[in-house]
Amino acid sequence: MIYSEKVMDHFANPRNVGEIPDADGVGEVGNAKCGDIMKMFIKVKDGRIDDVKFKTFGCGAAIATSSIATEMIKGQSIEEALKLTNKAVVEALDGLPPAKLHCSVLAEEAIKSALSDYYTRKGIDPRPLVGEIGVDCDACGCDHSHG
Amino acid sequence: MKRFVYADNAATTQISDPVLGAMLPYLKEHYGNPSSIYSLGRDARRAIETARQKTAAALNASPAEIYFTGSGTEADNWALKSTLEVLLPKGKNHIITTNFEHHAILHTCKHLERQGCKVTYLPVNQEGYVTPEQVKAAITPETALVTIMYANNEIGTIQPIPEIGKVCREAGVLFHTDAVQAVGNVPIDVEAQCIDMLSLSGHKIHAPKGVGALYVRKGIRMVNLLDGGAQERNHRGGTENLTSLVGLGTAMENACAGIPERAARVARLRDRLIDGILSEIPCSRLNGGREQRLPGNVNISFEAVEGEALLLRLDMNGICGSSGSACTSGSLDPSHVLMAIGLPHEIAHGSLRLSLNEYNTDEDVDYILQTLPGVIQYLRAMSPLWKPREA
Repeated sequence: MIYSEKVMDHFANPRNVGEIPDADGVGEVGNAKCGDIMKMFIKVKDGRIDDVKFKTFGCGAAIATSSIATEMIKGQSIEEALKLTNKAVVEALDGLPPAKLHCSVLAEEAIKSALSDYYTRKGIDPRPLVGEIGVDCDACGCDHSHG
Repeated sequence: MKRFVYADNAATTQISDPVLGAMLPYLKEHYGNPSSIYSLGRDARRAIETARQKTAAALNASPAEIYFTGSGTEADNWALKSTLEVLLPKGKNHIITTNFEHHAILHTCKHLERQGCKVTYLPVNQEGYVTPEQVKAAITPETALVTIMYANNEIGTIQPIPEIGKVCREAGVLFHTDAVQAVGNVPIDVEAQCIDMLSLSGHKIHAPKGVGALYVRKGIRMVNLLDGGAQERNHRGGTENLTSLVGLGTAMENACAGIPERAARVARLRDRLIDGILSEIPCSRLNGGREQRLPGNVNISFEAVEGEALLLRLDMNGICGSSGSACTSGSLDPSHVLMAIGLPHEIAHGSLRLSLNEYNTDEDVDYILQTLPGVIQYLRAMSPLWKPREA
């Protein structure tokens, strides 16, 4: 498994690790059975992502995608954060090995899941804004049952 | 202070000085084709036959029973496919193996199933062992071959091979063992242990990569692996890998001499490492039984930690190890070996294998014990699965 220097940098020195105790939105995606879980915490101020932290159980790519995704949305408006795609995450990391592309999908979903939670807490139905988020890990493709 | 500690000797080993010394002349001066008639060729032929003698002697076999191959995987493939090709027309279409063999065996069995063979995958117990009684109960009149690994590559458990060999001999069933991990660690005697076929690999015992051997008891018919020239008694055409075979002969001679003393020394390091990790790191467990374990094998799972991230962090600290996590296996499920001994997926993802050999030192063990707890603590601190426990 050969990772780009960018991936190794984010793995070795992950940005925004931790929790936000009074977060405005918390999202968790992935599954321990598949070997990766991402949990994102966001703090929103004036419609912008004021702070974001993550905790990840997973491989080097899972940690690196979590790290760079938090960096990419910090300071952005919610609308901009919702537009973050897994493709943009992969590009920002100078590529990922094909077997690790699902990590970038998880990173995108983790952010959407946190924003979805933010809307729900505000009493707004998140589905028209955020879309459907895979409950387990749609990108996993493994042959064991989830649950 | 940062050190470099190679603790992945079950993956591969460095070429030893005696092996390198034996090989060097054959890279340059003695470059003859072993099939040539002049003295340069005859010298090369002699070197290969000396390597064959040394390999045979290390197993208590005779040189005519040793076929050189390009790897342990090739030896495994050949043993299974040839045996079934010979015995299938005689109505023997059944193979008995275990569910935690190396993929060289498991994937070959899958191939043979597609060809119409039936395969029984015996389950190993939670400690990682299969019993002779299980083998005996699985044998049917259609059984062509029993193939059971001598020692497991991930968790190091040594199987009761002499007892299984006896069961097979009494039942008149051929017995093959993949001994890639066992050679040099466990005394092997194909006569006394009733082994009919045995696969081995050079690079696990300080020979170069790209050479292995298959022992086949005299009288067992083999189908040609590669049609072509007369090499390997017409069974595997192609000019021999002269230099590496010379290395393999020397490596076999050295690996199979003085096993008890070397194994005891390595096992002492292994036990220090296992005890140190289990006592220093909470929520960790040893995978595989402690008795009947390869002298250098340590395999431990850490809750709430993923194996690939652990390996990369250890590498940043100069430590080379391996893991059974999905992310390092190249598939999306964790190691079939850890599944076979009943580990839940989430625990199997957090496994670490450290494999020591005679090149490792107490200082290496000290360094791993100083480094590993901090790495685990770091990864757990960022893991959403980790719930700090009361001490």
